[in-house]
Amino acid sequence: MSAAATRAAAMVGALVLWAAIAHGNRWLGVVNPVLLPTPIEVGAVAERLIRSGELAQHFLTSLGRIAQGFGLAALAALGLGLLVGICVPLRLMTEPVIEFVRPIPPLAFLPMFLVWFGLGEASKIAFIGYTTFFPMFVAIAASVLRVDVVLLRAAASLGASRADLVRRVMLPAALPGIVVALRVGVGLALFVIVGAEFMGADAGLGHLIMEGRTFFDPAQIVMGALVLGLLGSLLNTLLLTVERRLLRWRAAS
Amino acid sequence: MTGGPKIQIQRVAKSFGAAGRALAEVDLDVAERELVCILGPSGCGKSTLLNIVAGFLTPTTGTVRVDGRAVTGPAPERGVVFQEYALFPWLTVTGNVEFGPLLQSRPAAERKRTVDRYLDLVGLRAHADKFPAQLSGGMKQRVAIARALANEPAVILMDEPFGALDAQTRETLQDELSRIQRVEHKTILFVTHSIREAVYLADRVVVMTSAPGRIKQVFPIKLPEVRDRFAPEFTQYESDITRVVKEEVAKVRE
Repeated sequence: MSAAATRAAAMVGALVLWAAIAHGNRWLGVVNPVLLPTPIEVGAVAERLIRSGELAQHFLTSLGRIAQGFGLAALAALGLGLLVGICVPLRLMTEPVIEFVRPIPPLAFLPMFLVWFGLGEASKIAFIGYTTFFPMFVAIAASVLRVDVVLLRAAASLGASRADLVRRVMLPAALPGIVVALRVGVGLALFVIVGAEFMGADAGLGHLIMEGRTFFDPAQIVMGALVLGLLGSLLNTLLLTVERRLLRWRAAS
Repeated sequence: MTGGPKIQIQRVAKSFGAAGRALAEVDLDVAERELVCILGPSGCGKSTLLNIVAGFLTPTTGTVRVDGRAVTGPAPERGVVFQEYALFPWLTVTGNVEFGPLLQSRPAAERKRTVDRYLDLVGLRAHADKFPAQLSGGMKQRVAIARALANEPAVILMDEPFGALDAQTRETLQDELSRIQRVEHKTILFVTHSIREAVYLADRVVVMTSAPGRIKQVFPIKLPEVRDRFAPEFTQYESDITRVVKEEVAKVRE
């Protein structure tokens, strides 16, 4: 069986298992059937929201927030990560502060962002940016630091200026680490956007899930979660494709 | 500066803080078109000396001049070939060889001619579009040599360039370097710990003492350009130099 077929079979298997549990519960009456929606019920909610166009709107709202928050954080992490990776005094100055701030769970600061930026888009984008920035920044700075000094020496002996060293050696040499940092960032963005949309949002997949709770519709909660999973694997596939293209030289052997 | 030494090493010493003195005082001149091998026990500071000439390290005292100009840092006039190849893994063979010419903003047609010429010289034209990960160690080092030559440096510094290769490949690369040198006539400073390699390649072999390294003895090698590793004169040089090197290795053990 091919890898693709195995994967498809695993997905079908998981669906069948879910259906078996949900329908089994219905037969045996273990818990209230409303609490354990079947795939068909979840599908019905999805169909209703797709028809009304609501699902697309929530999906795009969340995607847009991730794109903006993550995008800004990625740019900042790349610029500052390179700078700190190159400049030793700067690294010594920033390290203790970052080591203290970094372990604070991002959600602890979510109310602060609401206080600062209000309930609108800005607070969500800023919060995603804040959450994803630190891990990406630390990973990018570390991968710049790990660049083999022999490569820098080789380039310098071939006539590379400081700017050439950054652009033509450090950046490409650190690229595998940078790509890993970006993937971690996207994963985190997805992780915290739900929290951000739970609090004071009027659109987005997180809001959709919260609405399911408010109107006591577990099927809608499950559907929202599944769509988030879909969004996540979509973004991951996208980044993997970019990675494969950029790092063609690594696969070659 | 015509007629003067191409590389002039004057009273160069190097200490690494608490680690102590790596190099005592070294004086050495390398003439234009000359290939000088530096031999010595490991830790004698021969690579330190090469790194100082390359401009990667600053000497504690003394100066290095190339064409009469004092060395203050790495520069394209001094090409370097490293033991660990130091190829840019994200660039193809062509990309690596044209790295220097590209930095000097040479036009594309000229770069292509340069790349073709030097890849022909090292016999890797057919592998121009491969990435370093797809090459064997010997091929990687050929690319590194082509990359150094393509930049047309005044001198080439080689730091145990064949040290990571197996014995067979090592001899093949020595043959190639010897052949290339007969065509290109570069000024080369070559660090090695292989006596056989030094006698095979060098116009002069410089034996260093154990740390802190000084020059112990210089052997001019008066052998034909194309050398036979099994000729009696060759093995005579080998045993003469071996005796001198062994004295130093014994000192390290004591």
